[in-house]
Amino acid sequence: MTATINRDAAGGVRWALHDSINEAGRHLRAIPRSPEQLLFATLQPIMFVLLFRYVFGGSIRVPGYRYEQFLIPGIFAQTAVFGSSYTAIGLAEDLSKGFIDRLRSLPISQAAVLIGRTLSDLVRNIISFVVMFVVAFAIGFRFEGGILNGLLATLLLLAFSYSFSWIQAWVGLSVGSVEAANSAGFLWMFPLTFVSSAFVSTASLTPWLRRIADLNPFTVVTNAARALYSDKPVGDAAWQSLAWAIGITIVFAVISIRKFERVAKR
Amino acid sequence: MPVVVAEGLQKHFGPTKALLGLDLSIEAGTVLGMLGPNGAGKTTAVRILSTLLRPDGGRAFIDGIDVVREPRRVRNRIGLTGQYAAVDERLTARENLELIGRFFRMSSAEARARASELLARFDLVDAADRVVGGFSGGMRRRIDISMSLVSRPLVLFLDEPTTGLDPRSRLAMWDLIDELVADGMTTLLTTQYLDEAERLAHEVVVIDHGQAIAGGTVDELKDRVGGARADVTLAAGGDQNSVMSAMSAMVRSSGSVVRDGDVLQVPVRAGTTVLNVMRALDAAGVEIVDLSIERPTLDDVFMTLTGRGASQDEPPDTGQSTIAKRKADK
Repeated sequence: MTATINRDAAGGVRWALHDSINEAGRHLRAIPRSPEQLLFATLQPIMFVLLFRYVFGGSIRVPGYRYEQFLIPGIFAQTAVFGSSYTAIGLAEDLSKGFIDRLRSLPISQAAVLIGRTLSDLVRNIISFVVMFVVAFAIGFRFEGGILNGLLATLLLLAFSYSFSWIQAWVGLSVGSVEAANSAGFLWMFPLTFVSSAFVSTASLTPWLRRIADLNPFTVVTNAARALYSDKPVGDAAWQSLAWAIGITIVFAVISIRKFERVAKR
Repeated sequence: MPVVVAEGLQKHFGPTKALLGLDLSIEAGTVLGMLGPNGAGKTTAVRILSTLLRPDGGRAFIDGIDVVREPRRVRNRIGLTGQYAAVDERLTARENLELIGRFFRMSSAEARARASELLARFDLVDAADRVVGGFSGGMRRRIDISMSLVSRPLVLFLDEPTTGLDPRSRLAMWDLIDELVADGMTTLLTTQYLDEAERLAHEVVVIDHGQAIAGGTVDELKDRVGGARADVTLAAGGDQNSVMSAMSAMVRSSGSVVRDGDVLQVPVRAGTTVLNVMRALDAAGVEIVDLSIERPTLDDVFMTLTGRGASQDEPPDTGQSTIAKRKADK
């Protein structure tokens, strides 16, 4: 079979999507071969669920919730956001190893390189979620608000994590090396996820820290998911967290794609 | 008609001038060897011609298509192998090849068939389904080049394809490039290795400080340096004059005789062989210890053209696409 290549073919949205999916596939194929990635994507969240539930769970009191019901959405959100650091590291690696040059010498959509990368994060997060749900249900977590709300909460978390992949795309393009991407992509996530309502009620924090925690988009999305999973009034948190996800995605997609064109052309 | 044309290409990175008006052209089915030391601008030229970099001045065309105006059409016609094997180490050789095929809009079946074809051709069948991360440098390069050939490009760019390879892999790479050339692939090959250009290129352009300082066939370049030289090691008490008179028929008048200890360096006419010299010396009854014919290398060419050796230290232009390098350029 001899493939004929149309050497004057045009681009377009359809082909940009095709290219993005092909590029995402490149990263997804690698997951089962990288024990480190698999462990990170599955074992770490399991460990967190178990540690927080059984070590801290006894001493942390959260008004209105069973602790597992309170904790699990926070762990989900944290795992999803942590998983986005693969985009920063992976992009920095592709840049330093010349693979980005290879991709740019192909007749493909340039944005597909970043869209493919972030899409692969999303798929990895979905895999992590499946694993975490199994463990979560085993220790007593339930969709108390019904399947539909549970699904909605999960989608909100995934949308939020996807927006963070775009932040990480920008980080990966901005830092100088894989090592820098590793720390720059990771470090800020600890304060982001811990100074929030993910593991404790923000009411237990000192006032200034509480103010920060309440403003934290991570708190907003955790609260929204938590309310939906637990059949509590979700209030403004639902649309606010969706707005955060969409806003972050748009802003960082635009600046990352611009940055990509600049960085790659040097 | 030339398939690759560059006219007055200019590029600077901040205050550093990488290209100062480079012209070149490559006829269909030929290999142009771009020869120059580190930092001469070779990689910058390749990056412009392969649409990765925008020139600050000048124009370039692949198959008549402007690289700046219609990069997508150019990208559909080229294959690029950079200095560092751009393979995805997490994938198998076959998956790497299929990935590229899919990017060229082949169906899965077409991409699979093309991958198998290339794996067979480049002797990678045994390694086809192993993850590339475990491969040697030479193997990676082979996969890298085969990835550049998935689309059957009209023009192949090989940027220092043997840099960092061990001598055996280097020879294997030369054989591989020979085969591509035999198939009529139009190729731009950059190298700092003089023997590599000599072995692989139909024509050579010597570049230094962002400009072409000489061009032509390897033989033409060598003519500019002068012809061959016979190095005659005299026997103890041997006489320079008797050697010279015995060799008078083959001495080239354009050169001068140099005496270096026991060794007499005699410029000789083109086509002179060790056997010619031996016979002449025998006939005249002149005893010698050793004899060799030294043909000029491209290193000599470079020395003649620039007044310094090609391997002399220059600020390294690895052309590496690391972000660190880009930062340093700023």
